[in-house]
Amino acid sequence: MSKEEKKVNRRDFLFTASYTVGAVGLGAVVWPLVDQMNPDKAQQALATTEVDISQVEPGKSITVLWRGKPVFLKRRTEDEIEEARAVKMDDLPDPQRDEDRVKEGKDEWLVMLGVCTHLGCVPLKNKGDYKGWFCPCHGSHYDVSGRIRKGPAPKNMEIPKFEFVDNNTIKIG
Amino acid sequence: MSDHEYTPKSKVGKWFNDRLPLLTLGAHLTDYPTPKNLNYWWTFGGILTFCLITQIVTGIVLAMHYVAHADLAFASVEHIMRNVNYGWLIRYIHSNGASMFFLAVYIHIFRSLFYGSYKSPREVIWIIGLMIYLLMMAAAFMGYVLPWGQMSFWGATVITNLFSAIPLVGESITTWLWGAYSVDNPTLNRFFSLHYLIPFLILGLVVLHIWALHVPGNNNPVGIDIKKPSKDTVPFHPYITIKDAFALLMFMIIFAGFVFFSPNVLGHSDNYIPANPLVTPAHIVPEWYLLPFYAILRSVPDKLGGVILMFGSIFILFVLPWLDTSKVRSAVFRPIYRQFFWIFVLDVLMLGYMGAMPAEGIYLVLARVGTIYYFLHFLVVLPVVGFLEKTDPIPLSISEPVLSAGAELSLAKKENGKI
Amino acid sequence: MEKFSFSKIICVILIFLIPNIIQSAEQTDPIKVNWSFKGLTGKFDRASLQRGFQVYKEVCSSCHSMQYLSYRNLGEPGGPEFSEKEVKAIAASIEIEDGPDSQGEMFTRPGRPSDRFKSPYPNVNASIAANGGAYPPDMSVLVKARPGGSDYIYSVLVGYEDPPVGMVLDDGVYYNKYMIGNKIKMSAPLAEGIVEYADGTETSVEQMAKDVTTFLSWAAEPELEERHKTGVKVIIYLVLLTILVYLSMKKIWSRVDSEI
Repeated sequence: MSKEEKKVNRRDFLFTASYTVGAVGLGAVVWPLVDQMNPDKAQQALATTEVDISQVEPGKSITVLWRGKPVFLKRRTEDEIEEARAVKMDDLPDPQRDEDRVKEGKDEWLVMLGVCTHLGCVPLKNKGDYKGWFCPCHGSHYDVSGRIRKGPAPKNMEIPKFEFVDNNTIKIG
Repeated sequence: MSDHEYTPKSKVGKWFNDRLPLLTLGAHLTDYPTPKNLNYWWTFGGILTFCLITQIVTGIVLAMHYVAHADLAFASVEHIMRNVNYGWLIRYIHSNGASMFFLAVYIHIFRSLFYGSYKSPREVIWIIGLMIYLLMMAAAFMGYVLPWGQMSFWGATVITNLFSAIPLVGESITTWLWGAYSVDNPTLNRFFSLHYLIPFLILGLVVLHIWALHVPGNNNPVGIDIKKPSKDTVPFHPYITIKDAFALLMFMIIFAGFVFFSPNVLGHSDNYIPANPLVTPAHIVPEWYLLPFYAILRSVPDKLGGVILMFGSIFILFVLPWLDTSKVRSAVFRPIYRQFFWIFVLDVLMLGYMGAMPAEGIYLVLARVGTIYYFLHFLVVLPVVGFLEKTDPIPLSISEPVLSAGAELSLAKKENGKI
Repeated sequence: MEKFSFSKIICVILIFLIPNIIQSAEQTDPIKVNWSFKGLTGKFDRASLQRGFQVYKEVCSSCHSMQYLSYRNLGEPGGPEFSEKEVKAIAASIEIEDGPDSQGEMFTRPGRPSDRFKSPYPNVNASIAANGGAYPPDMSVLVKARPGGSDYIYSVLVGYEDPPVGMVLDDGVYYNKYMIGNKIKMSAPLAEGIVEYADGTETSVEQMAKDVTTFLSWAAEPELEERHKTGVKVIIYLVLLTILVYLSMKKIWSRVDSEI
């Protein structure tokens, strides 16, 4: 390698190094500007919600707000549970047993996010072809277990993390 | 705008460029012939562009989290500092960025004063620059109000009350500015709106500032006109870009020092006390970059007179190109002006210092002397020195900076006449 | 050739610093404490933060609010770093008013980590009325809101003295050597043994003042440790890039017969 070539190589290396290091820095600057739009620490630590369910009669439901979204708490009748469990898996677009959607021994309580899995509207209760929920936005029908049966929604309504604190209190989150 | 016709190599590029000549503009900016003798004081234009972009980007981010309401503003700033991801970093960059912006703009302005960059044919560049400076002060003042601390509130009260000095309509104007009977929630809301608007006005003026610069080209430390392109010039890229980048990085190291290791040293601790309309802080001072004007305001024992003099101290700069009667630009060749330049720098610094001190005793006396000298500099020193001063011999071109002793000034002047 | 020179500017700056130095010497300077969190790599002393929180909880919090802090902050990195369990226990020991419930009534419940620190008074007027006309300031950002910062807060806490001969103080006003104006409406809050530290640290006034000031310094700047750590990295990075760009610049300008 001649002297001249070595010189050129060193120059190229310098420029490449400068550009690379500069680009890395620019990338590092972009991250805080992006991350600031993610949920902040107060949002992340948002309180769990405790719900008093002692006043809910069988067949009735209440709606509470959790993380800015409605949560349906429905106390189902024996008939409704039976109906939900009689459904064949083949009839479900998103097959899931009703037993897997409730807490064992507390089968009457259906706790789910009241958000249509299509585009996020809140479905209406006791409406639709399956006596469960019906989303008026684009016509999705859910059954008494909150499973999608008909319409554009792809999935069953989501079950949030929850637990029974005692017989009268449910803690969501 | 461009000195030569640029034709893109690719077909697509040509198709696009024929319809919107962005590529021609890009080529103009990269090839732009720049005097090769520019020193580091000329890098502050690039640094200021960086400051403006930094303020706009961090400001847009902060506006996503800030709440412009008298009851919530202080708390929302604390929310940014404590909860928002990297909120503390973004806010400290923005608040210290304002100070760095002014530091850079003052160096930029004093560079222009020293090397005579405001003189013909660059008067319009100078005037646009002053408009940018005025808008910067407005933006900085309104931005300082937004955290709604004690200094925010009382600073806003004092500055808006300046307008009440106007005869007859002053009171009405002040009330109109407030949208209430004191600085209050409506005031905060409109300040937020304007604080968001002004940077974009500045951005527009910056484009005009650079456009106007590219017509005659850069001044340079020698202050003579140069042929472009010639052996006295280099293309803007890569020569000036790399030099600007180097200077910018040095600037960023200082900037980072403030942001990470003393983020509050340029602020005032009283602004971490929530605004209280019932209690005025013992010692109200504006941010450091406004102190000289504050000193001028307080040095006049008359309300209206103080306001007039303070605004006058800025507006006098607009006619500076016509107050300076010397045809020679650079102070390098003006032995008398050079001395006065440094006296003027000292005077402004002294005024700044007096602005931070209580307006009493020796401070007030010195502030008055400083104020009088400030105006004397422009109204008497500059016109008179221009006539009386015997300037040093000026080189004919940058390439031969050292001039033989016998060269004639008239030759240089003849050179000046050319483009 | 006359240049727009650095040396002149430095001279000018020095001239202006001198009166500053002289002036600050005239006041009663706060005691300079050698805080662990000062300096480029300063960090908080965890044990001191935890003790300081105890002092705040048992002494200060009966009058002073800290409304911008949440209990969860006590477990976050860079702070006292109590364990998750401890944070939950601390929060649960406080009765928080919540509501309205489904009947429209307000109710109290044990605190949760996401709750804000409970304020001792429902509003500012109540705190003024309960404290003889003096408003005990919120302590969330108190350290940043006082010139002198941590040193000043510490100094005031240990600065209670008998008034000089001849000085008459009203009822409820106390003499403090470091307080601006020397008069303070808060009686000396700390006395030896007023709290009992679990780790057996002696509970002298100085020790408690140091601990609680450390705690307040963290409360005002919870980002301090992350800021220092990031800052060191950023400066190292910038210096490195500056060197690279400087060398590149030298190379590029070597093509032209001009000094840079």
